[in-house]
Amino acid sequence: MDLLTDKKSTFALLRKIEALARGVPSPVRVMEVCGTHTMTVHRHGLKSLLREAGIEMISGPGCPVCITPNAFHEAAIELVTGREGLILATFGDMTRVPTRRGALRTAIPAPGSSVRIVYSPEEPLALAARESGREVVFFGAGFETTIPSIALMARKARRTGLRNFAVLSALWTIPPPLRAILESGEIRLSGFLYPGHVTAVIGLAPYAFIAREFGFPGAVAGFEPADVLLGIISVLEQIRSGRPAVANTYGRVVRPEGNPAARAVMDEILDPDDSRWRGLGLIPRSGLRLKRDYADYDAVRKYGLDLAVGAEDLPGCRCGEVLRGMSEPTNCRLFGRACTPDSPRGPCMVSFEGACFVLFKYRDVAHG
Amino acid sequence: MCLGIPVKIVELDASGELGKVDYLGTKVQTSFALLPGVGLGDWVIVHAGFAISRLDEEEARETLALLREIVENSGEPEETAGLP
Ligand code: SF4
Repeated sequence: MDLLTDKKSTFALLRKIEALARGVPSPVRVMEVCGTHTMTVHRHGLKSLLREAGIEMISGPGCPVCITPNAFHEAAIELVTGREGLILATFGDMTRVPTRRGALRTAIPAPGSSVRIVYSPEEPLALAARESGREVVFFGAGFETTIPSIALMARKARRTGLRNFAVLSALWTIPPPLRAILESGEIRLSGFLYPGHVTAVIGLAPYAFIAREFGFPGAVAGFEPADVLLGIISVLEQIRSGRPAVANTYGRVVRPEGNPAARAVMDEILDPDDSRWRGLGLIPRSGLRLKRDYADYDAVRKYGLDLAVGAEDLPGCRCGEVLRGMSEPTNCRLFGRACTPDSPRGPCMVSFEGACFVLFKYRDVAHG
Repeated sequence: MCLGIPVKIVELDASGELGKVDYLGTKVQTSFALLPGVGLGDWVIVHAGFAISRLDEEEARETLALLREIVENSGEPEETAGLP
């Protein structure tokens, strides 16, 4: 699979992109929706190489840790500091997001309570089975890649009659914010790179409205350098031909219909919900929450949490604008000074998929 | 959270739901509950402990063929290092 990563194919693809870009109105601005694409673009120095070829890459909202509003983090802090005998289980980066109440990592849990870092939604469920005397709350943030497994765990808990397990779910679906971005018209874009692994689950159909209603090009792309460049070539070809589509340039992993088993689990356990995204605000049907039958497993209902309060970011952080593609991290006065991966001031510097973190980490990557 | 790259299934229990993948030489516990029908030796994409997609070798070969064509037509210096 060397051709996916080696420099020779990178440069051959860049030449092709350069030639294609000459034939279309400039500037060509492609939003890479997914944080993992942002990583590929920066780690391999593609950002500047692409700029030289006439393509501006804009980071999108595709980092679940980043777009989860602080209200969720504050609710998690409230739970673990305010309730005794509660284990708050979550992914590692979630514990580091700074809020006005500090971060989960530095919160002082109530007696018998603790914060536990997990790698898979299976761990908190196993923990709940083991620790029958304690409540286990899984604070899970994710897109369609992670959502089916979280849904599966709620179903398993209910089927096995586990009463001490609940999910504080920050579950986000990718197509609705893309509509919001296009409808707002806030930024000029030429095309989307759709996230490969989200699409491996949901399939191509959920993006069809983007080509149909907005006449807007897009391509599903994988995560190696050549994958990203092949996706951009497809977007350019769509612009040139005047035939916008939902192209799939990641066929080795993405089936047109997605993953039917994963989609079925989501449909069975979860309902769409109007949800608030950091930076993007309230977006109709952009999140998922457990169905009524699962109310006992929904931490919001179980503990009467209020996610409408306390959603403010730390002063000065422009993560919200970064997530809308409105601002580069370097436009933030705190970037690399008051805000670094060791002492982040916003979630975009916490997550390894966050645009601020990625830019900070790879700021010295020279191309060539 | 996400291994991101295709990994190979090296262990699978009788239910077909639980097993291990090889991630850079380490065996990592993985659930296949979302991907029924996979078998030992299949390559899959894993997110947060769950396999979500199987690698299609035919499609992978097509992508490589396309890349090879683009490299050959690009006029990049003729050298075959990196070509499988
Ligand atoms: S650099 Fe830090 S403070 Fe500035 S936008 Fe990014 S995360 Fe927020």
